[in-house]
This record gives sequence, structure tokens and C-alpha cells, in this order.
Amino acid sequence: MSEITPDLVRHLASLARILVTDEEVETLAGELSVIVDSVAKVNEAVSGDVVATSHPIPMANVFREDVIIPSLTQEQALSAAPDAFDGRFKVNAILDED
Amino acid sequence: MTFIGKSASELADLIAKGDASSQEVTKEFFDRAEALNHKTFSYLHLNRHTAMAAAKLADDERAAGKSASALHGVPIAVKDVLTTTDAPTTSGSKILEGWMPQYDATVVRKLREARLPILGKTNMDEFAMGSSTEYSAYGPSKNPWDLERIPGGSGGGSSSAIAGHLAPLAIGSDTGGSIRFPAAVTGSVGAKPTYGAVSRYGAIALASSLDQIGPVTNTVLDAALLQDVIAGHDPHDSTSLPESLGSMADAVRKADFKGLKVGIVKQLSKDGFQEGVKELFEDTVAKLVAQGVEVVEVDCPSFEYAVAAYYLILPAEASSNLAKFDSVRFGLRVMPEGNPTIERVMAATREAGFGPEVKRRIILGTYALSSGYYDAYYGSAQKVRTLIQQDLAKAFSQVDVLITPTAPTTAFKIGEKVNDPLAMYLNDIATIPANLAGIPGISVPNGLAKEDGLPSGVQVLAPAKQDAQMYRVGALIEQLYVAEWGAPLIAKAPNLEVL
Repeated sequence: MSEITPDLVRHLASLARILVTDEEVETLAGELSVIVDSVAKVNEAVSGDVVATSHPIPMANVFREDVIIPSLTQEQALSAAPDAFDGRFKVNAILDED
Repeated sequence: MTFIGKSASELADLIAKGDASSQEVTKEFFDRAEALNHKTFSYLHLNRHTAMAAAKLADDERAAGKSASALHGVPIAVKDVLTTTDAPTTSGSKILEGWMPQYDATVVRKLREARLPILGKTNMDEFAMGSSTEYSAYGPSKNPWDLERIPGGSGGGSSSAIAGHLAPLAIGSDTGGSIRFPAAVTGSVGAKPTYGAVSRYGAIALASSLDQIGPVTNTVLDAALLQDVIAGHDPHDSTSLPESLGSMADAVRKADFKGLKVGIVKQLSKDGFQEGVKELFEDTVAKLVAQGVEVVEVDCPSFEYAVAAYYLILPAEASSNLAKFDSVRFGLRVMPEGNPTIERVMAATREAGFGPEVKRRIILGTYALSSGYYDAYYGSAQKVRTLIQQDLAKAFSQVDVLITPTAPTTAFKIGEKVNDPLAMYLNDIATIPANLAGIPGISVPNGLAKEDGLPSGVQVLAPAKQDAQMYRVGALIEQLYVAEWGAPLIAKAPNLEVL
């Protein structure tokens, strides 16, 4: 049985910026333990000399000409923002006051 | 004359000959979609005005002697995973409710340029995570064969729209089977092209190394015609294939059995499949053998690890892709009380905006990518991916295509698996290897299972970039069944109006 404890779920959720409730933490710990136990079998299949595949169709160095092409205007880019000010995205402070 | 029930290629011929107008066809499908959507919940959004305006443009051009594509004037439904400037795009999530994108996905642009009027946006599991549409934040779609059952997922909106004739054509996206599984359980045709054959620009990414856009249709020819419209290199997608894969419609029209060698995957023909599904698959094999096709068994031992590898790679990629939903640039923002930092605003927004399956996968992906676990999980999963490619390379050195049952079961009841994530993941056991390896796969209906009278599908897998070979064999299998039934399987679906 893998060690997906409630504390680990809380830590992972905070890394993923999801404010989980205590109830969700309990449920997720149980569900993720079962899932992780099941997916851990990938380790049985592989040995050190197998190379990893990150992209299914081999491709390298996809370049285009370095020319300016039309993109969204500032107004378009801001059009769906929850809050904007003076042509920029407006957000709350990054640091706590204290 | 009614257009409901006709294939897209038949409709395109009627429009091309001037025997029907795009406006007549579009209006009839739109009226039906509007009237019956409460039964199947195929569409999240329908827009009569934009659909009819596009149909009028198609007719005006037709009157001027212009034809933009082989499907000129035929209306289509688009999965809500693709951005559209004239319709909200949600990807089935509350975090994007009401979002109006500022650009069209390349596939949407191509549909517009080919003069296919867009009827609306179809329902899906949230961010395409699921195989039943039960994880849609807006509620599940229903299977037109039995409204108490799932239409498959994630593209259950598109599959139910096709099976219920709420659209003659639809677009889906397939990360682990989201086109093929829904097609199988609704008696429709669904194809996942080779990775990179169709641009992903404007597709809201789930797992970027697995995602591919493709057709959901009534017939194999319709799917081929639609792939011909949406495929092609796109400078906006750096993973887009530079070369053309040729005409899929030609491959269907010229399909013959000559010299065909078909492989059956040892690991995907025995355990874990519903009895009736297995029987129908054996029937497909027998039909091919009767045509003189050489059928051999091939061994793909690494397929046993495909689902496990997939549920590490997908959550890992998804946890990165979904980081963009941060309450800053677009979508939902939830403001906790007091004077919270932006980090707390993000966390509260993502808690409120994401559903349980999305949270589960993001957290699983975060775990799989954590230092100390990375090699054991994500790293090993990527190696399994190599092993699967090696198994397939060996198999394709012996045969032209592989066939498998598309789905382990027919459509299950809504609610049956929703609280058991692991059971839900196993629905894609036969479809996942194609995504891991980047190869094309199509699901073609092969009958109704004896236990429940519900549709089943056979999957054809071809080597990467040999989509034409996949369409060829898909068309041959379809021919054998249509010869037996007198019409495509979808013609046997119950009348949705009286369900």
C-alpha cells in the first residue's frame, strides 16, 4: 500500500494551488492510494537500458522564420480578465502584509 | 424530403447538385437539435443565428458556382474543447463558464473556410477527463440507444449528437479514447488521426503529447471526408506534421481486400471483455477470414502496462497544462474574505472552479512529478511508452493493421462507475496504446451485444502516418456489415422522439 497520507494530499494540493477541504483530503487520500498502487506497476516493466519517450512522433528543431505576425491586441488580451487596470491584469498582493 | 438519417456524404451530394440547400439541411438539423437536446444533452450551446448565417454563405457561394470542400454546406457539431470566437468555450468546466475566446481553433477556422455551418458546442467530461461525460460540470449527456446509459466520454456530447441525429457530423478530441470509446458505445464511427495530423492550436490542452482532434460520424466515408477537411500542417502548432498524409476519402473509395494482413492483439482479445462484445469481435474476424484476409495473432506484452503508464503521463501533463487557470487572465476568480494574497485567490478559485476528477488528476500529476518520485513514476511511464512503440513496430512488421474490440463493454448505466475512478479508467484499455504510440485508430460499429442489445465497435489501428490504411480497413469492415444489415448500425437506433 502506498503512502498517500492526508498530510501528503494537503501538501500536493498546496503545490497545485487548490484549497481542498478536510473532507476532500480524506477522500482523495483513499482514492489516490488505490490509483498509485495500481499505476506503480510501470516499474515492473522497465529496466535501466530502455530510453524514455516524451513525444510519440520524432521531431527536432521545429523553427519558423523570425518575422512578426499579427497577435492579440492589448484590449483583446485583457477582454476576459476578471480584473484589469491601466492596460494590465490586476491581481491581489503577492505577499501578506504582515 | 427529410435530411435526418442521411450520411454527410449524401447531404454534401444533394447540396452540390442543387437538390437541397445548406440552409434547408442546417435548419432541419438545428430544429431537431433544439427540440431533442433536453433528452440527450448533447449540446452545451446552440446558436441558430450563426449556424444559419454560415449556411446562407455556403448557399450564396454555391449559387456562384463555388465549392469550398467536399462537405460544402453540411452542418457540424463541435466539441467544446475547441475555441470559437462566436460561442462560449468551457471545456465542460465551471472555471471557464461564459468564456468567449478571442481566436478560433485552427480546426474551427478550417471548418468555417470549408463552409461547414457550426450548429453548436457539444458536452464533454470536464477538460476531457473521463469516459462517460458524468464529469461534465454541466451534467451528463445521455446515450440515444438508452437514455439511462452513458454515451461514452469524454466526447459523449458529439457521439450522442451523431447517434441521435442531432448533427450529421461532429468533431471530437481523443487523448486516451475520447473519440473512439464514445463512438463504440453509440454505434457511430470515430477516428483518432496520427498524432500531429490535425492541428491542436486552439484545443484546450489536456495532455499535449497524447491529444489529437478527429471526426465522429455516421459512416467511415464521412469520417474520411472530415479528416481531409481538418488535417494539414499548421505553423501555429509546432507538433503538427509537416507532410500531408494524402486523401482519406480516396483510401475509402478505393478500399479492397487484396493482400490484406490483419493482426489480433493477444493481450486485447481475451480477458476483461464483456461476453457479447467478444462474440461480436470474433464475428468480425470470421467475416474478414471469409474474404480471404490473412489474420494472425500478434504479441504486445507491454500493452499490459499501458493504462498504468497513461495514468501517470496524462495527470503529469494535465497538472502543468491546467496551471493556466489561475484567476488572472481569463475564467473564474473567487475572492476569499479579507485581504487575501493572489496565491490564496488562486487556490480558492481552483477549489471552486474544478470538479472532483480534475482535482484528483492534478494532484496525482503533481505527485508523479515530485522530486523523489519522478523517476519511479513519470520516468518509468515514459519508458513503457517506448516499449509499447517497440511492440507495435514488431507487430506492424508482420501485418498491415491491428484490430481489437474498441471498448471492453457496451454502454453502462449513468452512476454505475462514477465513484470508482479506477474502474472508469479501464474503459480505455484498448484505446490508450494508440495515444501513447501516436498511431491512428478508428472505431467502426460491429453489432449489438447479445446481453443488452447495445452497440459495440471494432477498432482498427495502423502504423503512424498510415491513416489511409486505417480508413481502408475501416471501410472494408463497414461494407461487410452494411451488406448484412442493409444499412449502417445507426439506422437501428430507437426513435429519439418517442423515447
